[in-house]
Amino acid sequence: MADLLFFMFATVAIGSAIGVVVARNPVGSLMFMVATLAAVAGIFVLLEAHFLAAIQVIVYAGAIMVLFLFVIMLLNLGHDYQRDVKGGVWSVMAFATTGGLAGLLVRQLGRSADSPAFLTGSGGDAIDAALAEYGAVGAIARPLFTDYVVPFELVGILLLVAIVGATVLAKKNV
Amino acid sequence: MEPISGLAALLSSSVKIALVFSGVMLVVAYTTLAERRVSAFIQDRIGPNRVGPFGLLQPIADGIKNLLKEETSPAAASRTFFILGPILAMVPAMVTFAVIPFAAPLPTPWGVVDMIVADVPIGILYILAFSSLGVYGVVLGGWASNNKYAFLGALRASAQMVSYEVALGLSLIAVFMLAGSVTLTEMVWQQQQLDLWFAFPLSLAFLLFVISAFAETNRLPFDMPEAESELVTGYHTEYSAMKFSMFFIAEYSHMLTASALMATLFLGGWDIPFATWDDAFWYEGVLIRGFGPDGVPLAASPAWWKTLFTLGVFALKTGFFLVFFIWVRWTLPRFRYDQVMQLGWKVMLPTSLAYIMVMAASMLILDQVGVAYGFAYGLALTGVSLVCTLLFIFYLDDDRIMKGAGARQAASDPVPTEGGD
Repeated sequence: MADLLFFMFATVAIGSAIGVVVARNPVGSLMFMVATLAAVAGIFVLLEAHFLAAIQVIVYAGAIMVLFLFVIMLLNLGHDYQRDVKGGVWSVMAFATTGGLAGLLVRQLGRSADSPAFLTGSGGDAIDAALAEYGAVGAIARPLFTDYVVPFELVGILLLVAIVGATVLAKKNV
Repeated sequence: MEPISGLAALLSSSVKIALVFSGVMLVVAYTTLAERRVSAFIQDRIGPNRVGPFGLLQPIADGIKNLLKEETSPAAASRTFFILGPILAMVPAMVTFAVIPFAAPLPTPWGVVDMIVADVPIGILYILAFSSLGVYGVVLGGWASNNKYAFLGALRASAQMVSYEVALGLSLIAVFMLAGSVTLTEMVWQQQQLDLWFAFPLSLAFLLFVISAFAETNRLPFDMPEAESELVTGYHTEYSAMKFSMFFIAEYSHMLTASALMATLFLGGWDIPFATWDDAFWYEGVLIRGFGPDGVPLAASPAWWKTLFTLGVFALKTGFFLVFFIWVRWTLPRFRYDQVMQLGWKVMLPTSLAYIMVMAASMLILDQVGVAYGFAYGLALTGVSLVCTLLFIFYLDDDRIMKGAGARQAASDPVPTEGGD
């Protein structure tokens, strides 16, 4: 049953991801992206990461993509179906960037496949124990606010800087 | 008493899904009738009373009419998204009710059945996730119609719903802190343990949640996306027949879910006030109704009449909020768009953040002093919250109602200027 669901979500995720790239209409691309995010959230649920799944949908599918939609509609990109894909050197650069990121991902995944935690499945046991003891939210919240509190706060400051920067850039007379 | 398991659990889940789904649809249908009858009552009219006794068959007549009407599709609309809009509006609205517990567990010969469709470990976050997806229906519907009024409605909807989601989520944090959990079954249990509904120790969170819920369901005074007097009917201007009806079903089931949620989070859910015989919770695999003086769990004895009673109490509380929604709609005028945004970002957001700080500090102090989680704990928090709520109301009121128009006129003699900058 779980395998069946996994293949269903995985098919939707990959199919929609291809849809994001090939859709002619920007709003279509965006809806495919939402479908991808939702399908990945489904895979998270299959992995017992309920909290991640909820946050994925609330933050990415429900808030950030709505802002994307807002911008696309305001720029009225959806009604003229011209090719706005830049060719030549741009496509080479885009290919190199995505290729590089994909390479990094494969390298990292290859590494974790060799790690003892992955081979013995002890990482999964630790997660199961944390879920049983602290619940779906506590299992994430405890390490986040104890062991990783400094990186967590730093990320918060990073986001704040981004917001301040965007406000400064958007304002005409500062 | 063992929880139900195996094939019986699968069957009971299917039955619960069918019953809850048809229950939601039925309540939605009759809320539309209630809306029309209550509005008629408030405006000193009679309202629809021709179809069946007291007009009780009116929703069925409306449903048949909407099914049989001709579907129109604007020539310039983008077809796929025009059809996708109502679907995306309706589906999230229908599935959110699944995590709300609506009665005490029901004993059956095969085991005890929880009166909740899906008790997921993330509880209310599931509702937040799906209701945040509900905005796509409104936005896509308005955009795909290729009509400027529909499009303006869609733009307003996206901005408004994203803004108030923030305040809604933040107002819930105080509830999470007090309950120590995000699942709704445990929140009901914690309110039973506290002997106090969360509406009292967390009164400001309750107020903020109610305001945000009105904005999230696009109900007056926050019906910017529709705003008949400005945008024809906003995002569903171009829709007719069943597609139009689906937007309406979505709006009313959002209203129902929001009402049930407010009843569960702040008014104790299916808990019967001033009684402990109905309390029930799965504690380490055993259904208990509380703890003895020495911390020993006391076993609960579920019964069908307890389930029925608690279901009735839950329906009463939810019904109260549904009538409240309707009442407010026919009492308050609509906000201006900039006022909605100002209230959302400049008032609700800072207030909810400050309230989280105050409540977290109060709970920390109470824990440090050593007050046990119980009635006294709740009373202390009630006092703190009451002060916060009064300050908030006085700030928002800005001397308008509290002092009255006469005092204002006297203060700003000769004539008060409107609008300001």
